[in-house]
This record gives sequence, structure tokens and C-alpha cells, in this order.
Amino acid sequence: MTIASERQTAVAGELRHVHKWYGDHHVLTDVSVRVERGEIVALIGRSGSGKSTVLRVLAGLSTDHTGERVVSGAPALAFQEPRLFAWRDVRTNVVYGLTRSRLRRSEAAARADRALADVGLTDRAEVWPLTLSGGQAQRVSLARALVAEPELLLLDEPFGALDALTRLSMRGLLLDLWREHGFGVLLVTHDVDEAVALADRVLVLEAGRVVHTLTIDEPRRSAGARTELHRAELLDKLGVQI
Amino acid sequence: MTTPAELVVPLASPTAANRWWADRKWGLFRLLSPLVLLGVWQLGSALGLIPQDVLPAPSLIVEAGIELIENGQLADALRVSGIRVIEGLLLGGFLGLVLGTAVGLSRWFEATVDPPMQMIRALPHLGLIPLFILWFGIGELPKVLLVALGLSFPLYLNTFSAVRQVDPKLFETAQVLGLSFWQRFRNIVVPSAAPQVLVGLRQSLAIAWLTLIVAEQINADKGIGFLINNARDFLRIDIIIFGLIVYALLGIGTDAIVRVLERRALRYRS
Repeated sequence: MTIASERQTAVAGELRHVHKWYGDHHVLTDVSVRVERGEIVALIGRSGSGKSTVLRVLAGLSTDHTGERVVSGAPALAFQEPRLFAWRDVRTNVVYGLTRSRLRRSEAAARADRALADVGLTDRAEVWPLTLSGGQAQRVSLARALVAEPELLLLDEPFGALDALTRLSMRGLLLDLWREHGFGVLLVTHDVDEAVALADRVLVLEAGRVVHTLTIDEPRRSAGARTELHRAELLDKLGVQI
Repeated sequence: MTTPAELVVPLASPTAANRWWADRKWGLFRLLSPLVLLGVWQLGSALGLIPQDVLPAPSLIVEAGIELIENGQLADALRVSGIRVIEGLLLGGFLGLVLGTAVGLSRWFEATVDPPMQMIRALPHLGLIPLFILWFGIGELPKVLLVALGLSFPLYLNTFSAVRQVDPKLFETAQVLGLSFWQRFRNIVVPSAAPQVLVGLRQSLAIAWLTLIVAEQINADKGIGFLINNARDFLRIDIIIFGLIVYALLGIGTDAIVRVLERRALRYRS
């Protein structure tokens, strides 16, 4: 087996030369993004640069685009807001993540419980979502996204609405889950620190085009080099003067 | 000079009786005020200040009620009137819910169904009684249809608006999760719309009883309305007032049932 074909099988999700218009407005111009299994790719850019649109195209929520979309299985998507169904308990919310799997009810519940254990919420399985804190609700949303063991996890500024401390612990949780399950992640964010702390590659999106790609080789959590060096480089590419 | 300790004492130790009174006094006043009114009415009747052929004493109205209960007329009337409301509720409720949901979910239905619904709604439904008599005679049918017509609109309007207001982000989430149309309907539309639909149901039931009262004034040979009309012919004001109280209790009773359903539909917010 050639290296090229091995790489083919490792793809979790890919867009090739995607264009998209809203009316006359060209929101995505020739965007190519490739996320492999076991890889975290961050997509960073200012508001309106088209980050979320890229995510929506990959998620299959957009139909009127041109170009190629390749995804392995059904990608999971977690939003900035948890978007839980308030009238179903936490466990049932996670079970919705298994809708496509068509499992028996008892089996689905068991898998939902395992996913809740993964995010540390075993004891909240039977409460109403409105009783959860913001961080807990976001963890349920993550459990719902991951319960079906997707190969591609799409995250749309998932920690943006959380307080700083909760955001840090959510980053840690995401890395733990990612190491354990080995899915590919496309993380949309406008937080430079988050992109640098989590990603193997950072794509800079500007006016619907990928204008820079930054590869980060240092291991995660050996913070020094990762944060300082790449932070400065990334800020420079985003055109931020400090 | 007051020491800090002396200042604290009256704040920290209100007696249990004081607290009991403070917690309950408004509730007690609310309970007492109608009772006092009843007492004044009864006393006014006893003293001859209120002419009994205009407004009989409460005790006489209670006696009239006991008479109707004992001779079985009340049970018969309740059954007949109850069936009229239930049949009207089934028909009008079905129409209001189905059309409201369809119009709420689909722009196509909104464009085609909503305009005629708004036109019919503009007609005062009680004004249709002469037409309904000519069309459907003087039996049960026109009464049931009138109740159904009257109650379908609040349910239609509330269902329409409740379904339209379901958070579109939840539909998007459902699409990502792969929920089918019926799964979305059952797991998102129904629970999300239920509270406002139940508000519509409460309005509908109020209109249903009101419509029934008017419809039963005309050519009824049984039911609570007939009881009242019949009493008028015999100058039995006590029975007329008792019949009105029965209507009121029925309205309060059905409203209470829907309020229980509302609490259940909203239990996740508590």
C-alpha cells in the first residue's frame, strides 16, 4: 500500500475547491480543507471571514455550494451554545446523538451513560438540562456529539460562551477525549490562544479564502514554545499589531 | 442608649405567630371577602332589604340546587351539555390543532389556509346562529358545530404562533443529529409548542362554554340552557342563578384541568 493511499483512508473530512455564494456575495472562494483522523485543525479568522460557513459545508448543512466534500461517516457537530432539548433529561439528550445508529433503547442508554462518564457527568444523567451550569451543558453537548463515535468532530466556537476557567478545563477535556478516541477535529475559533493550544495545524481564513497555514509541531501541554512563538506568528498572519 | 444587641433582638426573633400571620394574611383576606359578600346577601334577604322575587337568598339557591340534584334533572342536563362541549372540543380542537400546526410548519399552508381562516375568524361566530339553524336545523348538530367553530380559533392562532416560534437552531441541530421529520415533530415541535398550545386550549374552553350558553338558549329541549330557560317560564330565579353557577363551575373545572396539563408540560423549567 502506497503512502498516498494510506493517507486517503485516514481522511476524516475534506473540502476541495469549494465555492459558495449568498446572492452576489462570494462567501467562500476556492476553499480546500483536509482533516485527518487523529488530527486537530483550527480554522481562525475574524467575524464574517466564512469560518462557520466552512464548518456548515463540511457538516452537510449547506447544499448550494460547488466543489467536493468528502466525509468519513456522519460528522458530529457541537455549537457555541449547547442546544440541548430542554424538555428531555440529560441522558435522553445524549441518546439523540445515536439517532443514526438505530440501536435498541437499552443499548443506546448504556452508550449514552458511557459518553456521560467520559465527560464526567455520570451523576447528572437524569436531571433537566436547565439545571446545568454553562460548562456542564457544553459537556453534555460534547457527549451527544461523540456518543456515536464519529471520525470527524466539528466544533463551532464551542467554548466561546464559557468563562475563562471553564474554557481551560474544557480544552483539557477535549484533548483527553481526542487522545482516547482518535477522531479528527475541525475547530472554528477566533481565539488565537485556543487555536495554538489545541491544533496541529491552523488555517487562517480571510474573506472566504484560506490565506495562511501554520503547522505546530511542538507537543501539546509543553506550553512554552507552543504558545509564545506560534502565538506571535499567528497574530502576525492575522494582521494584528502588538 | 441602644446597644447593638438590643437592635438585633426584634429583627431576629419575630414570634412564630407573627410569621404565620404575615405569611397567610393576604390569602385569608382573599378567602374572606367573597364569604362576607355572601353573608351580606343572605342577611339582606333575611331582613327583607333584597326582594326575593328579584334576587333570592343564597340559601334558597342552594335549596334549588339540591332539588335539581335529587330529582336527577341536573345530572341529565350536565350529561347533555357535557357531550355538546366534548364533541365540539374534539371537532374544533382537531381542526385548530391540525390547521395551526400545518400553517406553522409550512409557508405554503400559511399562504393558502391562513387567509380564509382569518376571514372566517372576522365573523362573530355567535351571529351565525340563524344561519346554522337554517342549515342544520335545531337539533344537536348546530350547537356542536357552533361550539367547535368558536373554540377552534384560539387554538388555531396559538398553535400557529407556537409552532412558528420553535427555535430554528433546534431544527438545525436535529438535522445534524439525523432526526427524521416525525422525530423532529415529536421531539422538538410538540414539546416546544405545548405550553402556548395549552394557553390556547384554556381560551378555547372559555369560548366553548360561552358559546354553549348562547346556543342552549335557542330551541334546546335538554341541557343546562334548557333548565335555565324552563325556569324562566316558571319564574324560578333560584334555578336560573343555580344554572349560572353550574356553568361557572364547569368553566373553572375545565380550566383547572388544563392548568395541571400546563404544569406538566413545563415541569422541566422548575
